[in-house]
Amino acid sequence: MFQKYDVIVVGAGHAGCEAAVAAANMGSKVLLATMNMNTIAQMSCNPAMGGVAKGQIVREVDALGGYSGIVTDHTRVQFRMLNKSKGPAMWSPRAQSDRMLFAAKWREMLEAHANIDFWQEMVRGIIVKDGRCVGIKTSIGLEIESKSVVLTNGTFLNGLIHIGEKQLGGGRAGEKAATGITEQLHELGFESGRMKTGTPPRIDGRSLDWDKMEIQLGDANPSKFSYMDTPNNSKQLPCHIAYTSPEVHEALKEGFDRSPMFNGRIRGLGPRYCPSIEDKIERFSDRDRHQLFVEPEGWSTCEIYVNGFSSSLPEEVQYKALRKVEGFENMKMFRPGYAIEYDFFPPTQLELSLQTKLVKNLFFAGQINGTTGYEEAACQGLMAGINAHQAITEQDPFILKRSDAYIGVLIDDLVNKGTKEPYRMFTSRAEYRILLRQDNADIRLTPIAEKLGMQGLESRIEKLNAKKDNVAAILKYIRGLSVAPDEVNGMLETKSSSKIKQKLKCISLLNRPGIHLADLGEAVPHIKDFLAPYDEETLHTAETGIKYEGYIEKEKEMAEKMDRLESVFLKPDFEYNALTALSAEAREKLTAIKPRTIGQASRISGVSPSDISILLVHVGR
Amino acid sequence: MSHVNETIVAIATAPGQGAIGIIRFSGRDAIDVVDKFFFGKNLTKVPANTVHYGKIKNEDGQMLDECMATVFRAPRSYTKEDSIELSCHGSPYILSEIVKLFVRNGARMAKPGEFTMRAFLNGQLDLSQAEAVADLIAAENASTHDLALKQLRGGFSDVIKALRQELIDFSALIELELDFGEEDVEFADRDKLKTLVLKIQRVMQELIQSFQYGNVIKNGVSTVIAGRPNAGKSTLLNALLNEDRAIVSDIAGTTRDTIEESLNIKGIRFRLIDTAGIRSAQDVIEKMGVEKTKEKINQSTLTVYVFDVTESKPQDLWNDIDEFLQVNEELKLRGRKLFVANKMDLNPYTDLEAYYKEGLIHKDNLLSASAINKMNVEALKDLLYTSIIDNPEMLDQTIIVNNRHFEALHNANNALTKVLEGLDSGLSPDLVAMDIRQSLYSLGEITGEISSDDLLDSIFSRFCIGK
Repeated sequence: MFQKYDVIVVGAGHAGCEAAVAAANMGSKVLLATMNMNTIAQMSCNPAMGGVAKGQIVREVDALGGYSGIVTDHTRVQFRMLNKSKGPAMWSPRAQSDRMLFAAKWREMLEAHANIDFWQEMVRGIIVKDGRCVGIKTSIGLEIESKSVVLTNGTFLNGLIHIGEKQLGGGRAGEKAATGITEQLHELGFESGRMKTGTPPRIDGRSLDWDKMEIQLGDANPSKFSYMDTPNNSKQLPCHIAYTSPEVHEALKEGFDRSPMFNGRIRGLGPRYCPSIEDKIERFSDRDRHQLFVEPEGWSTCEIYVNGFSSSLPEEVQYKALRKVEGFENMKMFRPGYAIEYDFFPPTQLELSLQTKLVKNLFFAGQINGTTGYEEAACQGLMAGINAHQAITEQDPFILKRSDAYIGVLIDDLVNKGTKEPYRMFTSRAEYRILLRQDNADIRLTPIAEKLGMQGLESRIEKLNAKKDNVAAILKYIRGLSVAPDEVNGMLETKSSSKIKQKLKCISLLNRPGIHLADLGEAVPHIKDFLAPYDEETLHTAETGIKYEGYIEKEKEMAEKMDRLESVFLKPDFEYNALTALSAEAREKLTAIKPRTIGQASRISGVSPSDISILLVHVGR
Repeated sequence: MSHVNETIVAIATAPGQGAIGIIRFSGRDAIDVVDKFFFGKNLTKVPANTVHYGKIKNEDGQMLDECMATVFRAPRSYTKEDSIELSCHGSPYILSEIVKLFVRNGARMAKPGEFTMRAFLNGQLDLSQAEAVADLIAAENASTHDLALKQLRGGFSDVIKALRQELIDFSALIELELDFGEEDVEFADRDKLKTLVLKIQRVMQELIQSFQYGNVIKNGVSTVIAGRPNAGKSTLLNALLNEDRAIVSDIAGTTRDTIEESLNIKGIRFRLIDTAGIRSAQDVIEKMGVEKTKEKINQSTLTVYVFDVTESKPQDLWNDIDEFLQVNEELKLRGRKLFVANKMDLNPYTDLEAYYKEGLIHKDNLLSASAINKMNVEALKDLLYTSIIDNPEMLDQTIIVNNRHFEALHNANNALTKVLEGLDSGLSPDLVAMDIRQSLYSLGEITGEISSDDLLDSIFSRFCIGK
């Protein structure tokens, strides 16, 4: 009934979809197995993509040929570039999407791919032969053969939903949990843990008094995620901001004794940066209000997502408390918020390729690795999909360094440090964030994907080359340009920047905080004429190249220093225990994690600089 | 590993009197370095693997020894570098004089295992032999690490830890703006941030200034050996040094009337300063000598006061102390005194407790010895070691003694200056954050890795984050 597949992807969420696409675009024949074809690419939590650090990841996924950015651009109802005042390294795109359109667009794009087949059924286990994963077993007893398997089970592995004192087995509201895989992986020697996450109530937008809330509009000149020619719809929906109050808090506290968070029924650790509303009240009792973002779920639905009100309190407590929020007096609820506990596998059991150390050709991506977030899941899926293809074609694994991409930071962190709480990306996790900007993900990554042999990148490369040429032309022009006092002093005065006394290089002016290319253009007509043909992103990248030059160079230098250690490889069978000169802790950690390079070894906690010099001696530096 | 071009030198034969002693040199310029003071054939011109007779003369043209020089050329030598072995007469004194000559003139003392390490790095040894080198590195790191750790237990660690925490908290304020700009949190005002940076910088600058003093200690804990004439000071010095002749080397600035030698005890260097005997001055010249010794005592970290138990009664010792050792209050805090009751072999029944004096002489700083028989010399070494290791507070202030620490603090401080400039000029927060990170990274070189988890912990514990 089935052909022998190259790659079977289990799960069709953000990780699974990207994994399928990546493997397929590398040339593999892919089977995407999901419990329910109608819930492909569900936005299980909030209907938004991107945000600080996450937006950068989506752009990186796009630059590497993934579809998340394209799907988001097609389906967005609002776009905002966050952090615009914090400097270009911090610019972070975020979009609200129409939840139903998002899922439909993903399915459409998957179905359009000749290399992707589908199978709807619960997967009960994997087939392992001689230490290699060679297929899957389904709940009705089918065995489907493949050369490799990518597991992207999300919150479904022994998922347990909590609403107040009620507990329901399930992977998502109204959907069954998946069983069998965790148990089998235990038998194979894997360790697992429990994590917890939560989601807020969905409510009826028709029942809200919008006038009592603050309005939050999208950007007037929205940008987008994909570097491709995706739609840039200027028509947008507004979001709103509401606030909790002491009355709301009191109403919530009435249910605390029935909260699974507080009575110990939930054992899994939840994310600190995405706390439930009860958690916020408990931990920050001095705050008398918390922000709620009231977000639309789509163009044609009245369903509303109450961002900031994640809760596992009994449904009537959630209901009563929400009704005390200003503007929510007549609120009708569609469904309550809930917490969900699920199995994950500590990611220190993975190689940097996301292949498991125990079973060859078995890959994990997404929440199964202890992460949270669509973006984090999507990028792991992409990497696992590529690496599944690489593994079965006996090619080198595709690994991004910390200085290449946020994706590199994420996987390096997971594999070397593991994680106790659901791992979310922050810009502060990246050492080289001035290099890892959202405006240059294509410059950083698309050429790497092309070299790797990913198909369908022709138009990306064309666009990229044009962008590079344009940036170079702008830089050349600006570097050679000086301006006279009477040309720019007026502008400088309005910017309360000190006036110049003699002709000055444009670069010196651009190095001043608050002075931008556009300002020079406004002041000097011939500059404006020169800049006119270029699009905003090209101008932005060029300006960043000038304004940030010193800092970019410094980060490059630091990255190169690190790279030297990254290029010293350690054999996977290196006998650390035989090296008595290493500290006991270092021996233990190195044996467990089996770093690929000295650089990776140096980031493992418990491995000291003197351990590193001993390793260097051993590998003959 | 960055010093592979340096010429290293060491005595290759076992310490002590022997028929021949071999001094080994290795490094790119080894042959040039030796040739300058080798009088015989021009060693730079001779073929590889040949032996030549010659004389070693010092800078003043004074002959130190006659010897045979064996010349090895890269890669055909133990280290695969240009190397020379000088076979000299086996007197420890002569050997150390020759080593000192070359250390003054282009070579440096080899570290433990350094010849082997170079052999390995240059591909001469196999992996099993590398194990030995690794052990040596580990051992060496352990001893310096030990010192660093012990020192860290004192004030230094607390200061650095506090600085780091303040910086992390400061950094968290900026990172909060960057990663959580959309959240409902209040951002710190810039003036407060500046005040905080200035405060951190003040502490850093104090530490940086302490380096000069600390560096002296790192390069040798100055230890004066004082006492009446003929109390056995020089014998004690020799007894101390004889154990470890190979690491004796010269210290610049030696004055004519005091002798300085360097002694390594478990990784800490002690600069032993032998002084002229002191007694109530008889004449003008002697008076000058006594003043000189007192000055040395004032400047030193440790004083080992040696007395002859057959000659000095308790009251004599106490009088000497009053006259020669009681220096001004400020220095008293710093300078620690050890007392050695010498020549115990001549009067083994001496009642040591009779010498005790409250707050001055007690069982922890009085040691019986017989320098001539090397009795209790090891115990004295232990006492010297623990005096430093166990009493970082005797140094009176938090000081940094490590070059690496100095550099790290210096870099951290410079980065903070950039932070201030950035805050003043309205630099975008991502760049300000980078300078703070630079500073944190530098401090992390002292305390260990700075991880972004620390930052996030700081943020999550203080601010309500999360939609």
